[in-house]
Amino acid sequence: MSKQRYERPVIKKLETGMPNKFGTRTEYQPMTNIDGVPVTKLMKEYGSPLFVISEKIIRSTIQKAKKAFRTRYPRVQFAWSYKTNYLNSICSIFHQEGSWAEVVSGFEYDKAISLGVDGKKIIFNGPEKSEEDLTKAIKNDSLIHIDHLDELYTISELAEKFKARPRVAIRVNMDTGVYPIWDRFGFNYENGQAWDAINKIMHSEWMELVGLHCHIGTFMLAPSAYGVAASKLAELALSVEQKFKHKIKYIDMGGGFASKNTLKGAYLPGSDTNPTFDDFAEAISSALLNSNFKHENLPLLILETGRALIDEAGYLLGSVISNKRSSTGRRNTILDIGVNILFTAFWYDHKITPAQEFTNYSEDTCIYGPLCMNIDVIRESASLPLLNKNDHVVIHHVGAYNMTQWMQFIALRPNVVLIDMDGKPHVIRLRETVDNMNSMEKVPAHLKKFNM
Amino acid sequence: MKKPTLNIAVTGLNAIDSPGPGVSVIRALREAASFNTRIIGLSYESLEPGIYMHDLVDRTYSIPYPTAGIDLLFERLQYIQEKEKLDVIIPNFDAELYPFIKLEHNLKTMGIHMFLPTLHQFEERNKVNLNDFGKKYGIKVPKSKVIYDLSTVHSLPSEFSFPMIVKGKFYDASIAYSIEQVKSYFNKISAKWGLPVIIQEFIHGTEFNVTGLGDGTGKTIAAVPMRKQYITDKGKAWGGISISDEKMLDMTRKFLRNTKWRGGFELELMKNKDGELYLLEINPRLPAWIYLAVGVGQNIPEVLVNLAMGHTVKPFTEYAVGKMFVRYSWDMIVDREEFEQISMYGEL
Amino acid sequence: MKLKKNVAVSESGLLFNPVTGESFSVNPIGVEILNFLREEKTDEQISEAILGKYNAEKQAFENDYQDFIGVLSHNNLIESHEETNA
Repeated sequence: MSKQRYERPVIKKLETGMPNKFGTRTEYQPMTNIDGVPVTKLMKEYGSPLFVISEKIIRSTIQKAKKAFRTRYPRVQFAWSYKTNYLNSICSIFHQEGSWAEVVSGFEYDKAISLGVDGKKIIFNGPEKSEEDLTKAIKNDSLIHIDHLDELYTISELAEKFKARPRVAIRVNMDTGVYPIWDRFGFNYENGQAWDAINKIMHSEWMELVGLHCHIGTFMLAPSAYGVAASKLAELALSVEQKFKHKIKYIDMGGGFASKNTLKGAYLPGSDTNPTFDDFAEAISSALLNSNFKHENLPLLILETGRALIDEAGYLLGSVISNKRSSTGRRNTILDIGVNILFTAFWYDHKITPAQEFTNYSEDTCIYGPLCMNIDVIRESASLPLLNKNDHVVIHHVGAYNMTQWMQFIALRPNVVLIDMDGKPHVIRLRETVDNMNSMEKVPAHLKKFNM
Repeated sequence: MKKPTLNIAVTGLNAIDSPGPGVSVIRALREAASFNTRIIGLSYESLEPGIYMHDLVDRTYSIPYPTAGIDLLFERLQYIQEKEKLDVIIPNFDAELYPFIKLEHNLKTMGIHMFLPTLHQFEERNKVNLNDFGKKYGIKVPKSKVIYDLSTVHSLPSEFSFPMIVKGKFYDASIAYSIEQVKSYFNKISAKWGLPVIIQEFIHGTEFNVTGLGDGTGKTIAAVPMRKQYITDKGKAWGGISISDEKMLDMTRKFLRNTKWRGGFELELMKNKDGELYLLEINPRLPAWIYLAVGVGQNIPEVLVNLAMGHTVKPFTEYAVGKMFVRYSWDMIVDREEFEQISMYGEL
Repeated sequence: MKLKKNVAVSESGLLFNPVTGESFSVNPIGVEILNFLREEKTDEQISEAILGKYNAEKQAFENDYQDFIGVLSHNNLIESHEETNA
């Protein structure tokens, strides 16, 4: 007779005011496979921890987003925000789905070009663009979004030098009723900086003002703020049209849409409460359609949302290293997943589920990563089933920012696997090796030997 | 004509010193003239007194906390529905309304009716949006400000004078007399109910409440104002008296007319020494003192159920003025086996 | 190791300590162990019984077992030595 699955013995006090087991079953539902591929198989083949990205979810998410906007507004273009996840395979999926590239550094710009993106379909944002970067962007006829006056003057000088007329937009910051106001990027709307920059561009023969751009915040939970922002940009565009008889070709609403993650400090889970693409699309489209644009002059609407398009497609698989008890009797569980690869653990209560079946007994657990650093906490408190050493867990909604903000700290970064539309896994980024890391270092001759 | 028997599920069985409305709602339903009831309690914790009141509650099921997410709640309700064939659910907690509103359509297809505010109404009346709400509907509200982090606390004295009220998104309110107290309440409240925390101007005066029912078209179906006579240290009325104040009824009718409120509600009002009326808060559900409304002639829970079932109802126009409620506590004797049943199996 | 005399464990896994009035919830494998303790089985016998029935490594189970016993004695559910000897 085969033996039963072992679960460690557990006893917990029933306290008044404490939720009983029906109260906190939240994270019990095990996730045993991703897009049909067993989690155990993935980890056996590709190691632990392991990032897994679902191509199916990426494609269905971008299609849902496009549909939400296109059913409400006639001209819509998405641009993939490279900084959110710039693994080449991920960018290519978005480009296959028709997204342009939105980059914020020379490095990201070069990445887009090397992937084969047409220079005309690259939007170049951000406060730091070197002369070299700007020269490339001007020669490729990319869309340059100006962040400050110094950049405006540099572009003007370069354009004159190359006898070119680059297509530019300005980034506008504004009060949308949401705080804090992101006023460090771009030109302010309320105090007239933006209008001033527009006038400088319009009076220069070396630049063509094609668009207006804003990016009002991150993980925004209020679609109405986008409505306010879109109205203000529409007003600016109409002022330009009136004063210079010049039509603004596009309005770029940036990104910042919240994903389904739950922010620390939120009471209800983000998957229940966070706005949908339809909510954001409704706010933005109504604001633009209700402004005074003539129907045939409606500008192209560009969206650079990153997080909301990729977060749900990413999973991080890991294993239990040990269970301990703290001095106060609290259960601690150590995973092989640290904050060095799960940066977002600092601001989300990531959903964590076991990767195998369990009974409905649970324990409140503090989940630590493997780093020898006090800050390495994945969840301060999670109600999880009785995990044993070597059991597997799945951390959800990790597709955004983790594979760009991760760091090689204490441990090496793991494999990233993409599961394609047919359920076939592909390694899209190899795990790092000691040789990889050492190959970038140079040791002066006098430090090459030591006797201890 | 034979009265129909409705299976009605009710939450908020925590008839404790800061009581949920469930038990009062059930008493009202038991006295309904238009139907008989089988009452299903829905509980979150094993010591909610209503679970053990077998003359009022026929059977109780544990349900997951709102923090567990809508999917789990729905799953649990499907299980309960299989066993109990519910006709109506009356949710009684602010924090659970969001998931129940989101589930309204799904539950309807399972044959479960509710009569809740729309998501838009629910969001709009949120304390966080009270300033805008007052402006939009021409109702006087105290000045308030929403804060997300402690660093903004220091600028408060330039906008508000002490004392000021520190409020949680769903529950809890404390009066702060210094910045230090604001900070300490901010931390306590945000740890329990999340962000943001609301800072509100303190209005000196007398507190009144109005409970009532809107039919979703702007009509006033019921409205009963009450003055709190004794307030516990948790700020709850332990005794109150029905009053006749046209100004309060006017404000209530205006609120219903302008918002087209759907469902039960409680308005928290403050009357200052000049007789000016401020709307402090709109609770999107029936209050714990709802049985007073029944006692003065308006069985609001009964009418709410009839509205949920899609019947046309006649608005109440009268109630007895000067009737009081005096709350009392009552020690029930409970077998440990019953506590075990609800704790271990989630059903009793 | 011995469970305190009047501690009651029901089939549902509810443990009630009549001396302190505290209630606890215990999972099925925990109930099995409590019953072994009541029967005054030794640690070795318990380990053998559990490992014979469940798919667990000896070392892993023994760690969990010690942890479980730790929680029991933390909550005064185990007879202390003085009491046992008396």
